Amino acid sequence: MSQNESSISFDFTDRAKKVKLEAIGAHVYYDDNHVLKDINMIVRENTITALIGPSGCGKSTFLRLFNRMNDYIDSFQLSGQVLIDSQDIYERNVNVENLRKNVGMVFQKPNPFPKSIFENVAFGMRIRGISKKTELEGIVEDALKNAVLWDEVKDRLQKPALSLSGGQQQRLCIARVLAVKPTVLLMDEPASALDPIATAKIEELINVLKEQYTILIVTHNMQQASRISDKTAFFYQGQLIEYEATRDIFINPRKDLTERYITGRFG
Amino acid sequence: MKIHEKIIVLFLWMCSSITVLTTALIIWILVKESVAFFEHVSIIDFLTDLEWTPLFSAKKYGILPLLTGTLLCTLISIFVALPIGISIAFYLSEYAPDRLRSILKPTLEILAAIPTVVYGFFALTVVTPFLKDFIPGLNTFNAFSAGLVMGIMIIPMISSLCEDAIRAVPDSLRQASYSMGSTVFQTSFKVLLPAASSGIIVSIILAVSRALGETMIVSIAAGQQPNLTLNPFETVETITSYIVQVSMGDVPQGSIEFQTIFAAGLTLFIFTFFLNNLSHLIRRKYQEKYE
Ligand SMILES: Nc1ncnc2c1ncn2[C@@H]1O[C@H](COP(=O)(O)OP(=O)(O)OP(=O)(O)O)[C@@H](O)[C@H]1O
Ligand SMILES: [Mg+2]
Repeated sequence: MSQNESSISFDFTDRAKKVKLEAIGAHVYYDDNHVLKDINMIVRENTITALIGPSGCGKSTFLRLFNRMNDYIDSFQLSGQVLIDSQDIYERNVNVENLRKNVGMVFQKPNPFPKSIFENVAFGMRIRGISKKTELEGIVEDALKNAVLWDEVKDRLQKPALSLSGGQQQRLCIARVLAVKPTVLLMDEPASALDPIATAKIEELINVLKEQYTILIVTHNMQQASRISDKTAFFYQGQLIEYEATRDIFINPRKDLTERYITGRFG
Repeated sequence: MKIHEKIIVLFLWMCSSITVLTTALIIWILVKESVAFFEHVSIIDFLTDLEWTPLFSAKKYGILPLLTGTLLCTLISIFVALPIGISIAFYLSEYAPDRLRSILKPTLEILAAIPTVVYGFFALTVVTPFLKDFIPGLNTFNAFSAGLVMGIMIIPMISSLCEDAIRAVPDSLRQASYSMGSTVFQTSFKVLLPAASSGIIVSIILAVSRALGETMIVSIAAGQQPNLTLNPFETVETITSYIVQVSMGDVPQGSIEFQTIFAAGLTLFIFTFFLNNLSHLIRRKYQEKYE
């Protein structure tokens, strides 16, 4: 793993953190298209890891490995291992529904259900058979508070979620995920459809969430990656080119390719 | 515009005017004959009398028995077609692999291509005798068999309209649902069903409208005996089968007996006209929602 961590103080604590996510020799194909090539990567608990790289390099595919959302793509094929808490999540006896309760996902475009704000956040509990009103109310309130949306919506919980602004909708989607108490959050360009103010709010939120969650975030925004992440992984044409502490990646990348990409002198 | 283009445009305009004109003509005749009818029969009697016996010597002109007969058959058919049609729609859209779907869909559409007279005889000669073993009091002509078979006939209509509505739900909602750990079943009924609800309601309304106007099956299998009842095992007469009965019979044109079919037809027309407009209204609102 990372060799020159010693110079940076927080990396000592990083070392002490438990390994949460692991990819071991992971290859992904869509039919003949080899889109991830021998990915080996360790992500520690309660850290934010940014996935960067040019369009089509496989970031989203890699992200979706951890909640098995690639399974819906007919041509998808995986070899190698993907582990969460040292458990291979592609083993036959794995319950995918439970896996996804533990690994929440936030998408690029806010995708609230055409239901009320309350019902959106309660959705995860409802599908797990929880329908007691008082219990739901408590969980919904907590989740909205954790997603820093409570003050803006507490007086209109029964209003349609689609009446919220884009930024609010995205935080609602985050609240919806938080409500089922996952330990991992996968975020695929969660702020790319939002204006700068809404983006700043999401970033602020992600920083707070780090205390309790292990976060993987795909971003095309280099400033965003450097602002919010502890470690950064640079993908290029299906390969993991460089994976280091974010400061190292942005201050002195070791690969020429990485430097060219982050400085925008690419292709 | 060149002259031959003008001729083409004129021709197309005439084609469309013919359909509009025909519709207007039909409505005009319906109304005109009905007005003549209501000069003899008070509209209050028409709406409240409990018997419909214009062909007997003791004439009564209460539309209610025909109306309940019509609604009874329609209700039974919707009860059959709706759950099956919606289930098929979800199966085709969310469960079936593409290959199976491409076989199932055309097969299902064959149901819609069967002539209704065949359905009618199927109801009378197969379904009713079969049901008689289970339902002792079942009449040879009854609303139940007719409604049941009419329901089977309507299934493809409901399933294909509902499937379109379900498929129109943006994929991002499916992704959201699955990523929260929902099963296909939960995604179908907790996310897609409510999201597609307006399209599904439109399909129900159109199906009701279709069932109200269905003629052959009920004429053959439900009987021709106006009967104010909600018992599905009895013989009933629908508005449409009454119209068939009179038009095929030897009732002289222009007589009050003959005019009854226009009053009955107008009643039916008011129902289907209202339902079709309702479905347009809902569809318009629904399109706005997704744009
Ligand atoms: N559903 C799919 N079926 C087939 N191939 C796919 C599918 N989704 C992605 N791919 C291919 O896999 C490769 C990686 O795609 P992926 O979406 O993971 O890239 P990405 O890094 O997230 O790109 P972007 O930054 O544009 O989101 C691309 O070549 C893409 O064409
Ligand atoms: Mg992507």
